[in-house]
Amino acid sequence: MKVKMLSWNPDNYVRETKLDLQRVPRNYDPTLHPFEVPREHVRALNATKLERVFAKPFLASLDGHRDGVNCLAKHPKNLATVLSGACNGEVRIWNLTQRNCIRTIQAHEGFVRGICTRFCGNSFFTVGDDKTVKQWKMDGPGYGEEEEPLHTILGKTVYTGIDHHWKEAVFASCGQQVDIWDEQRTNPICSMTWGFDSISSVKFNPVETFLLGSCASDRNIVLYDMRQATPLKKVILDMRTNTICWNPMEAFSFTAANEDYNLYTFDMRALDTPVMVHMDHVSAVLDVDYSPTGKEFVSASFDKSIRIFPVDKSQSREVYHTKRMQHVIRVKWTSNSKYIMCGSDEMNIRLWKANASEKLGVLTSREKAAKDYNQKLKEKFQHYPHIKRIARHRHLPKSIYSQIQEQRIMKEARRRKEVNHIKHSKPGSVPIVSEKKKHIVAVVK
Amino acid sequence: MRGTMMERESIKSFWKQSVPLMERIGSGEKLVLADLLEPVKTSSSLATVKKQLNRVKSKKTVELPLNKEEIERIHREVAFNKTAKVLSKWDPVVLKNRQAEQLVFPLEKEEPAIAPIEHVLSGWKARTPLEQEIFNLLHKNKQPVADPLLTPVEKASLQAMSLEEAKMRRAELQRARALQSYYEAKARREKKIKSKKYHKVVKKGKAKKALKEFEQLRKVNPAAALEELEKIEKARMMERMSLKHQNSGKWAKSKAIMAKYDLEARQAMQEQLAKNKELTQKLQVASESEEEEGGTEEKVEELLVPDVVNEVQMNADGPNPWMLRSCTSDTKEAATQEDPEQLPEPEAHEVSESEGEDRPVAEEEILLREFEERRSLRKRSELSQDAEPAGSQETKDSSSQEVLSELRVLSQKLKENDQSRKQKASSEGTIPQVQREEPATEEEEPLLLQRPERVQTLEELEELGKEECFQNKELPRPVLEGQQSERTPNNRPDAPKEKKKKEQMIDLQNLLTTQSPSVKSLAVPTIEELEDEEERNQRQMIKEAFAGDDVIRDFLKEKREAVEASKPKDVDLTLPGWGEWGGVGLKPSAKKRRRFLIKAPEGPPRKDKNLPNVIINEKRNIHTAAHQVRVLPYPFTHHWQFERTIQTPIGSTWNTQRAFQKLTTPKVVTKPGHIINPIKAEDVGYRSSSRSDLSVIQRNPKRITTRHKKQLKKSSVD
Repeated sequence: MKVKMLSWNPDNYVRETKLDLQRVPRNYDPTLHPFEVPREHVRALNATKLERVFAKPFLASLDGHRDGVNCLAKHPKNLATVLSGACNGEVRIWNLTQRNCIRTIQAHEGFVRGICTRFCGNSFFTVGDDKTVKQWKMDGPGYGEEEEPLHTILGKTVYTGIDHHWKEAVFASCGQQVDIWDEQRTNPICSMTWGFDSISSVKFNPVETFLLGSCASDRNIVLYDMRQATPLKKVILDMRTNTICWNPMEAFSFTAANEDYNLYTFDMRALDTPVMVHMDHVSAVLDVDYSPTGKEFVSASFDKSIRIFPVDKSQSREVYHTKRMQHVIRVKWTSNSKYIMCGSDEMNIRLWKANASEKLGVLTSREKAAKDYNQKLKEKFQHYPHIKRIARHRHLPKSIYSQIQEQRIMKEARRRKEVNHIKHSKPGSVPIVSEKKKHIVAVVK
Repeated sequence: MRGTMMERESIKSFWKQSVPLMERIGSGEKLVLADLLEPVKTSSSLATVKKQLNRVKSKKTVELPLNKEEIERIHREVAFNKTAKVLSKWDPVVLKNRQAEQLVFPLEKEEPAIAPIEHVLSGWKARTPLEQEIFNLLHKNKQPVADPLLTPVEKASLQAMSLEEAKMRRAELQRARALQSYYEAKARREKKIKSKKYHKVVKKGKAKKALKEFEQLRKVNPAAALEELEKIEKARMMERMSLKHQNSGKWAKSKAIMAKYDLEARQAMQEQLAKNKELTQKLQVASESEEEEGGTEEKVEELLVPDVVNEVQMNADGPNPWMLRSCTSDTKEAATQEDPEQLPEPEAHEVSESEGEDRPVAEEEILLREFEERRSLRKRSELSQDAEPAGSQETKDSSSQEVLSELRVLSQKLKENDQSRKQKASSEGTIPQVQREEPATEEEEPLLLQRPERVQTLEELEELGKEECFQNKELPRPVLEGQQSERTPNNRPDAPKEKKKKEQMIDLQNLLTTQSPSVKSLAVPTIEELEDEEERNQRQMIKEAFAGDDVIRDFLKEKREAVEASKPKDVDLTLPGWGEWGGVGLKPSAKKRRRFLIKAPEGPPRKDKNLPNVIINEKRNIHTAAHQVRVLPYPFTHHWQFERTIQTPIGSTWNTQRAFQKLTTPKVVTKPGHIINPIKAEDVGYRSSSRSDLSVIQRNPKRITTRHKKQLKKSSVD
């Protein structure tokens, strides 16, 4: 008779050094690990709850301006540097890592209307209410030098905005018309108009760099082609568009921040229907900026909050607000897509995390794996009602909350009226207009 | 000139005539066009003018130029279309990025940019007094400031190489390079020539040349020639040793498989073998090689011929029918492939065999006398053996043993018969079945022995099949009809025996039909079926046309099922093997089962009991409903898709490490501390436009609109 012995081979359970991980023999037999769906559901629920627990997006407030922050710009080569212009003509350059101001320039008299950096990061341009365009060096003046602009261009009219080309020494300004400037000249090399109203902002397309978009106060968005020196198309919306922002990963799509509380994402080849209408704000949307990944954008609103929207969703995924933050005028997404900055009326620039519950700093591999797993679980179970409720819950200031309720009631009433109108009129006589088309007045060729 | 003179003349005359007209104008009378034309009509000299006028009249007026806005609009439209076209090249990229499982930012693969120290230094100047002092010191000692690698002395020494020397060396190198390139070009050109003939000629030329050299060498230097000869011999030996041109290589094997079907492959094979022979041939002796050649060829042939063919040959070796039988049983699949008609019948034989097992023993005497009959039976038994070799073998053994012994006696006769048949068959020559066999076997002579027998068994089987379904004699068998008519003369001697067989078969058939109706499901279609065909088709069509009309019955069925499913189930707590024997095929006793069966209480009556058209689902639990997903989420099109995604776990508890990592890859990955730039054409493999936007716009003529120019002018005046 053969006796079977238990044999323990130390190779299978002994660590080579003390620093090795313990060997854990695993058996993946599904019968040994039952209830996989309920267990994962619970894990997803916990992950969602933890996400809300750890959601502390506010990082820092940069104070120092003595008037409302009117414009913001990112440094193209340096993540830590941010430029801001205020309503008193002051321009400040900030260091985000140290969270302090490293330079202050009295750039203009009156408002600083626009600020933009050169693609190389060596200089930046400002326009102000004093009808001037000024180019400044990014580095401070040297030992014993005076703070002076590199160039100053005196214009005929007030410039309301400026943007720099992404690759070449060309910048565009807007005011009564859109001017394209060569950096070396004092006269615009090309100027384009369409209509007579003042243009509030102009933006270069970051991908196809010869394209520009502008929005004017006569409720329209105009697209220009710099190479052919001609406007391309104009779309007229219900209300005024404050700014537009191009998607940095998709050459043809841009998002417009509108006064009617909505944002509209357009495909520039089909302007008659926006690809998506983003509606969550309860007051005019003042600014919009894309995440450098092109998957999301952030919008700043007059309702004292900023919201983050996925490009393909009409509802925002996040809303940021603080007690002291007033009307947010400018917002920027940093170029590593981690942070969001916003400049508001009450003279502060605030720094937020783009992902509210994200842990900052370097993660260990296990932390990273856990994070990824939790993220996937949240995604997997996001449609379950309890999880959805927790994930969507946000605390809002009373003003916004009541505004939302009011808006909802108004919208519902409007919808009911529309339905009733259709119901009580001759079939086919009242056209059913989709929400997307409702806000487009006309497209002018 | 003349024309103008003429015109002047005519105008003069015109004015002369129109003097009274002028007077009229002066007097204030009204003037009509006709008055003016009067003199024109009269004067013939104005014909040319008239013609010109007519010509002008016939021509259309030039259209008004479009107004400025229109023109601008057209410009805009053209520009827009152009831009849209440029943008549409991004469509695939955008789509890909939107659907990507994972995107890693930044997109561009950046190489570490380490600026050389000179560049860093060039942008920097000494400003403070201390810095300036240090730099002064450095300059004094001629230490390198900008380029730290080379001092001026070193630089000078580098430049010291004499000019002439350098020139010569360069020329030398150039020549060598040129020569090499010439040779290379030539070789490449020759290699590129595709003509086989050319290469053959070249090869032959080379061979001839070698031979000539060899001859010369023999004359001049016999020792060297001997060495050369040895070399050739050695090459031959190597060739013999190697498997290079044998048929064991991959190519050769593949060709050997193909050789059966493909003439070209066979030829290629033969060519290779010829090559091998040629290479391994001894140079001197011719007489001995004949034997060897034959031997090798045989061997080669053996290797060359695929296994199937060999097998058939082996079959053909023994004319013994017993051997034959075993062989054919081995190659049963091949046989069944040959005639699909045979396929369904073994089953029938199985059944009939099990029934008529005793019969052969009982009717031995008759069978002994009529060996033809026996043979058919033998074939049948053989077939049934094929069909169920394991099960029926033992039971059959006792009976078949005797039969076999007797048959052995008869085998001699049988063989003779076979031979006579064979002759007949060979005289007829082409029977489709035979044709279907491999061409290789056709060539083999001994195989013919086997062939007619096969054919005959087939015929008999067909007949059997016919008798089995004797009710329908007019069975249409388009494939075999011709063959039968051909073969009837062959089967003449069998004709009387057919009846007997039939008799035997009839009662068999009766038994079959009474016992197992499943026989009807033979693949051979019966007449009834054929008659029904049309009707059924009709019915099918109607059914198809009104496919959706059976809703009521479906619904009732569904409801019945729902009711059944919702009924409380009895609980059986019997433990098999508890207190009694258990095992495979044993069931717990009825008493026990009755004792341990817990009957479920009758539930409350269903809500839809009296509602024939409604199914009310009573299973829905409101407590769980709060946790369930109400609406199918967006990307899913069916609930089972969603359920499946939920049911597959992604955690490391259920998945291996690798799978877990793969399942939890995040959609967007960003490198910390890296700037993500907008997508560029180069990132996705497109060519970005070579001309810069600035240069394009500067070349553009209509740079500044007129309005703006005016403004500029005004401002400059101010």
